[in-house]
Amino acid sequence: MLDNMSDHEYRKFAARHIPARLFAAEDFARVRRALGRKVLFAQGDIAVAYGALLAGCRFFAGYPITPATETAEIMSRLLPRIGGSYIQMEDEIASIGAVIGASWSGAKAMTATSGPGFSLMQENIGYAAMTETPCVIVDVQRSGPSTGQPTEGAQGDIMQAKWGSHGDYELIALSPSTVQECLNLTIEAFNLAETYRVPVIVLTDGLIGHMREKIVLPEYDDINFVSRKTTAKAAAAYRPYDNDGTNIPEMANFGTGYRVYITGLTHKESGYPSTDSQADHHRLVLRLCNKIRDNVGKIGKVQRDYQNGSGDRTVGIISYGVTSRSVFQAVKELRQRGFAVDHLRIITNWPFPEAEVAELVSRCRRTVIPELNLGQMYHLVREVSSGANDLVPLWKTGGELHTPQEIIEGVTG
Amino acid sequence: MIIRFAGFGGQGIVLSSYILGQSAVFDGKKAIQNQAYGSESRGGECRGDVIISADDIYELEPDYQDVLVAMAQPAYEKFVPLLRREGTLMIDQDLIVTDHNIEPAGITRYSISATDIAFKKYGRKIMANMVMLGYLNTVLGLVGRNAMEDAISRNVPRGSAEVNLQAFADGVTLAQQELKKR
Repeated sequence: MLDNMSDHEYRKFAARHIPARLFAAEDFARVRRALGRKVLFAQGDIAVAYGALLAGCRFFAGYPITPATETAEIMSRLLPRIGGSYIQMEDEIASIGAVIGASWSGAKAMTATSGPGFSLMQENIGYAAMTETPCVIVDVQRSGPSTGQPTEGAQGDIMQAKWGSHGDYELIALSPSTVQECLNLTIEAFNLAETYRVPVIVLTDGLIGHMREKIVLPEYDDINFVSRKTTAKAAAAYRPYDNDGTNIPEMANFGTGYRVYITGLTHKESGYPSTDSQADHHRLVLRLCNKIRDNVGKIGKVQRDYQNGSGDRTVGIISYGVTSRSVFQAVKELRQRGFAVDHLRIITNWPFPEAEVAELVSRCRRTVIPELNLGQMYHLVREVSSGANDLVPLWKTGGELHTPQEIIEGVTG
Repeated sequence: MIIRFAGFGGQGIVLSSYILGQSAVFDGKKAIQNQAYGSESRGGECRGDVIISADDIYELEPDYQDVLVAMAQPAYEKFVPLLRREGTLMIDQDLIVTDHNIEPAGITRYSISATDIAFKKYGRKIMANMVMLGYLNTVLGLVGRNAMEDAISRNVPRGSAEVNLQAFADGVTLAQQELKKR
């Protein structure tokens, strides 16, 4: 039936039936057709957009910024064709605000930006964390602070992604290191956002965002679609923030017959503000944090390229994002030269995989941490490594990647 | 194989690199493509980089190139020192005066009149990049001809595929003649 509808007809149809039809095979097929052939040569920014559309994203609000603009561009072109909405906002503050609203209306919603825009979004990212709004924010990192170097990649927003808004909260951040992973992890980001009701940050960078590489689009059966847990309670019995024991409350999308009060103020289970009760605040914030902290094992993803050695010749490297590419080359060359090298690639930056890192660091004579910043993840590694080991931060800024040779020198030097 | 296309913005430099990268992927190889951004891609010295490999590509920003395709004097002067020793240089000979002092040792040079051919035969200098692409691909045997023709057809402006493919074929013929001579 859907096959014969024009884009315009489908749009009217979708307006009535989304979000219920976000994951129907027929609707997915429509998205797949809009994206073209299965194997593509595409930029990271485009892969992010494609991943979002395949995951069921039907709302994008954004403000163009180098090096993230291509994501907005492709969303503006494709969303109207598949029953979704694109809004060009006046700035990034409004963009994330619109995304939060769209999410409460039941849509899977996303925005994409870079450093300066990401900074502007921080207040509302805190609001999304406090109101437990599933949403995805793509930050294509560029050299900062401030407007810095717009076309140059960086990894300077790792700490900001977690600590950018005030107060105590947890969220999830993912770092792709290939264009294919930009697509895969954006799908994953939506699933995590829907599962845990948190903002999920996809931390790409100017290099991966603009680089073209092969991507293979997944089929319907390849994707595990996750949707927020919605309530089946009677309207009178429903309270928006009741804890059913999972720390993740059932959601009631706007317009589905439930009374839902949403506020960034500390709130009770009813959703109504409670601004002077220590107990209410403590219970709420602890739950916001524990729903992530208790599930680090389920959320956290790493790639281990281990020889599982220990002793004097064993060296560890911990990397993430685009930097991992140079590390893979360095590891290959180091092993040819007789070094025992264990490489831990961190895919989930937040929550930080403390146990994995501690295990690696504890049995390596030296651990090298290359980053495109002046040492941000280095702090986290140091925190979990009991201070006894030789930790070597390899810092670099200004838009150029570490060469494999620089990483080799960090290991052997 | 690390290939850099370089010239002025507006010569189709970035498009050439994109077509080469895409056709390599269509041909079953691994490839990445990077390009100049900002003002230089709109008139200044412009570049498009491609890496093609049978294996996974880990080194995304190599210091040196195996091949430089240069279509403007400033681009040649800026990038030829970054050509690997014994690398391959391809130039549009009517647009570039070479300078041995800045060229690495032992390079192999190919010179054609891509822009001149494009202008005289098609009345459009913009076709020079296709002549160059046909020439480059044939001399170095980078990707299958079908895959590249497919990529060209998909990426040139609507209605211009035929003339672009013809210009590409001219480059192929020139390369075949050159290879016979060497």
